Amino acid sequence: MRYTTLGQYYDADSVIHRLDPRVKLVFTIVYIVSLYLGNSPFCYIFAGLFLAVVIRLSKVPVRYMLRGLKAVIFLLLFTAFFNIFLSQGDVVFQWGFITITRQGIETAVRMAVRLVLLIMGSSLMTLTTTPNDLTDGLEKGLGFLKVFHVPVHEIGMMMSIALRFIPILVEEAGRIMMAQKARGADFDSGGLIKKAKAMIPLLIPLFVAAFRRANDLAQAMEARCYHGGNGRTKLHPLKYRRLDFIAYGVLLLYLALMIVLKIVTKS
Amino acid sequence: MQLELKSVSLVYDPDVQNPKKAVDDISLTLRKGEFAGLIGHTGSGKSTLVQIMNGLLKPTEGTVLLDGQDVHEKGFPLRNLRRQVGLVFQYPEYQLFEETVLKDVCFGPKNLGLPKEEQEERAKKALSRVGLDARYYDASPFELSGGEKRRAAIAGVLAMEPDILILDEPTAGLDPQGRNDLLAEIRKLNEEEGTGIVLVSHSMEDVAAYASRLLVMNHARLVYDDTPRHVFEHYKELEAMGLSAPQVVYVMHALEARGLDVRTDVLTIEEAKREILRALGRK
Amino acid sequence: MEEFIRLQDVVYEYHAYAEEEHEEETVRALSHISAEIREGSFVVVLGHNGSGKSTLAKQVNALLLPTEGYVYVCGANTRETPEEDLWKIRKNAGMVFQNPDNQIIGNVVEEDVAFGPENIGIPEEELARRVTRALEKVGMEAYRMHSPNRLSGGQKQRIAIAGMLALKPKCILMDEPTAMLDPMGRKEVLETVHELNRKEGITIVLITHYMEEAVDADRVIVMDRGQIVMDGTPKEVFSRMEELRAIRMSVPEVTELAYELRKEGLDLPEGILSIEELTEALCSLN
Repeated sequence: MRYTTLGQYYDADSVIHRLDPRVKLVFTIVYIVSLYLGNSPFCYIFAGLFLAVVIRLSKVPVRYMLRGLKAVIFLLLFTAFFNIFLSQGDVVFQWGFITITRQGIETAVRMAVRLVLLIMGSSLMTLTTTPNDLTDGLEKGLGFLKVFHVPVHEIGMMMSIALRFIPILVEEAGRIMMAQKARGADFDSGGLIKKAKAMIPLLIPLFVAAFRRANDLAQAMEARCYHGGNGRTKLHPLKYRRLDFIAYGVLLLYLALMIVLKIVTKS
Repeated sequence: MQLELKSVSLVYDPDVQNPKKAVDDISLTLRKGEFAGLIGHTGSGKSTLVQIMNGLLKPTEGTVLLDGQDVHEKGFPLRNLRRQVGLVFQYPEYQLFEETVLKDVCFGPKNLGLPKEEQEERAKKALSRVGLDARYYDASPFELSGGEKRRAAIAGVLAMEPDILILDEPTAGLDPQGRNDLLAEIRKLNEEEGTGIVLVSHSMEDVAAYASRLLVMNHARLVYDDTPRHVFEHYKELEAMGLSAPQVVYVMHALEARGLDVRTDVLTIEEAKREILRALGRK
Repeated sequence: MEEFIRLQDVVYEYHAYAEEEHEEETVRALSHISAEIREGSFVVVLGHNGSGKSTLAKQVNALLLPTEGYVYVCGANTRETPEEDLWKIRKNAGMVFQNPDNQIIGNVVEEDVAFGPENIGIPEEELARRVTRALEKVGMEAYRMHSPNRLSGGQKQRIAIAGMLALKPKCILMDEPTAMLDPMGRKEVLETVHELNRKEGITIVLITHYMEEAVDADRVIVMDRGQIVMDGTPKEVFSRMEELRAIRMSVPEVTELAYELRKEGLDLPEGILSIEELTEALCSLN
């Protein structure tokens, strides 16, 4: 099975790859917020330039990133379509009941640019962070939620186990499908309902297998002294280094400039 | 009925550079009534080959002929091939899904479009073939023991009444008695019903004792297709492929090296016993 | 002297629910088992499916606790240890399971090996050292940064063993670790385990269906219906072929051949286990 390239880890040795996942997490959140801060074209140009520099630093090929965008092209066209045709304002084109307004085009472009920047910005995080680091980053970065009794460690552990078992279950699904086909099962023809029904001989064994594996795994974890997150150490604990502090500095600078730009361009 | 593979090759990812062949230029014919063993180390292409045999995989080169007809030609009902050439996957118990054993075994016949009475008739016959009697019909397949699940799953393929039955390591994970019982049932099926058997196995002892023809795969190629007796004479070559010969073969070679005048092409304990007694002049 | 592992009159029962009768049914998986395991020994446990051998191993690992009787591991009584401290027992008696995929937790080999020691709070520098040492001992150091998904079955099992070793256990229990492997993977795992026993002095309890794997053990325990029915050296146990057959077991092929020849009147010693032994004995007859 193939996954889309949107957000799938791209292995490279770059400054961005080496950043602490928590930094990247904060970066992404701040960046997304910043996109909604400014409204003028200058703000978008600035945000775009900033992203371009980061992408360059990350050594992820632009082509690879653009290929990832393909997956959301439908969403892009869809929002653009509604903005262009359903906005009110100064009419620039009219044909029958179809009217296109200046404001419509403006909103459509703004939305599209924002969406593209948003998607590229956030996929850059997953492109440059291994799933493991991401899980670690989330666990540690969201650690403050423990105060509110959010089981942060457990969620992190669950994510990491899910990551490990996805390829195994995908493979298992393939195997069961072949075995049922050998018994004459037909997964391909017929209407939607027939197809859905044909999935039962695949889904039930898959669920059973998933439970069996989960049970085995729980035992294996216990056998290896797992007793919750208390008192656990880490082979590679997350630690902020100089690079990370510099990155935070850059982020602050970016945010400040963005706010300045917003105030300046507003008047 | 016969199934013929003609210069069959299969490449999984033809797009990549230097694509690796999983099966490389294999030709062979399987017939109803014979009992063949198929050995080869993990990754030698056995699993791919058996999936080509029953049409689950389409070879990238070469043809598969069922009684002379190309099965991948347009219009050929592949279901016919799957009915006539049954395939039992490794750990087949993981494919069970119905509420009762009987219903599960009926799944195959049902897919063949048979009427309900005939489905059940076939299912019951298949279950009795693998040693599961009427007590099991209404049991949930998930409540059976490991060995019983295995049998029920095999019955699920048997109920399609194939002329050739391919089993991919049917005894994996069973205890010694369970292994012997299952193999004995497979042999009975071969002898009484004339079903052709292809037994994929890691056990040299098992293929030596049960098969009359032995196929050996190495690096995607079929390197031997002969009687087990002849194949195991090449035990040195087999070892280079990560395989071996039954222990008794090694015993005979060791005895020969010590100057005892014994034949080395024995396959079973019984044969080895007779040969040693003969050489020692006891019988 | 403090005993290493001791089972004292252990009974283990569990409840099974018969679906139709809605009734609880008590199944006795272990019935009055007493045994001691010496430190540094290599013990193989044989028995057909459902004979109770896995249950036995899980008792020593404190994954299961006895219904009656006691299990002592390095002086600790599993039944009297509070639940939150059971992991301290598991640290001494590690366990490797049958399915290679279902016991690997990490997404990278080194991460998986570190999982055990992370759980018991080993500090960072020591952790890295333990991971390196454990991977070296099973000969998998070259795969440190690999994803476990691409490894062969035998390699996965060696990673699972390394994961146990990183906890520095005194004993490793193995529940049919070779059942799902091909002959090469089986050989790989067995060689690793024997070496650990020989070089590191780690006690091994190996549960298996493959009679050949018992040949090199110090001691073989045979189980049937929740009880220990035979206990002795491989030679002693495999001499009792008829009894083994009666409880759905078999013997290695050479042993069976020697047995058949003895029945024909050849004067061969009992319990022949290897090809060399058999040839030697036969040639001395001639």
